[in-house]
Amino acid sequence: MIPTSEVLIFSMALLCIGVLGVLTRRNAIVILMSIEMILNAANINFIAFSQTLNNLVGQIFGVFVIVVAAAEAAVGLAIVIALYRNRGTINVDEINLMKW
Amino acid sequence: MDFTLLMFRVLASAALVCGILVILCRNAVHSALFLVGVFISVAGIYVVVGAEFLAVVQVLVYAGGILVLFLFVIMLVGKDAMVGKRRMRLLATVGTILIILFGLLMAQQLNVAGEGGTTGPDADSTRLGNIERVGLALFQDYILPFEVASVLLLVAMVGAIVLAREAY
Repeated sequence: MIPTSEVLIFSMALLCIGVLGVLTRRNAIVILMSIEMILNAANINFIAFSQTLNNLVGQIFGVFVIVVAAAEAAVGLAIVIALYRNRGTINVDEINLMKW
Repeated sequence: MDFTLLMFRVLASAALVCGILVILCRNAVHSALFLVGVFISVAGIYVVVGAEFLAVVQVLVYAGGILVLFLFVIMLVGKDAMVGKRRMRLLATVGTILIILFGLLMAQQLNVAGEGGTTGPDADSTRLGNIERVGLALFQDYILPFEVASVLLLVAMVGAIVLAREAY
């Protein structure tokens, strides 16, 4: 049995890497990849507590998180394609139509 | 050291190294390939922690589906669209330092919190395997969220097709 604190520290590190990617990268596709890593980190937390508490609900939630991640990736990448078609770039610094 | 613990540490290190490389690579294709490493390592961690069904789903959905989607979009968009002038060096540096500090603080808190696990109700855990138990729970207690999730996937599919369509 893995110590829960180690799993939590790992998931927190993965979350930090994902947040770092979202905040520092300017490529919309890499930002979506970082969001996938953040969702994975949340999923690892669910699994860790499912193991610790010997309760299956965490794994059920994990399945739903994966469903949401798949839907998010599909819609997000479709938005990226539409963005590229309309503006010719996917650099999020140059997409500032709604900035004041 | 326990073998599962050793496996967990190896897989966690691999996932973290791949994750760092995902956000450091300049080329988006390399990022996508390192993302496969992250997903496979996390699937291995699911196996080690005892969630075999989720490990299989992780490999199928993430490594099989989402990654192919990412690579297709990278191919469609092309490389020239991704180069842009690098701005906000200072902000990125400060943000990096702050996030690392946040991580260290959280790690310390987690170490202080320690192990406080209680044993919940899971009577079938000795008789049935993980996949049977997840399947039973999914189709008995959580049948309504399961159906809602399928509707969500349908809506996402329709939305993605409409968004990426050629002409409106």
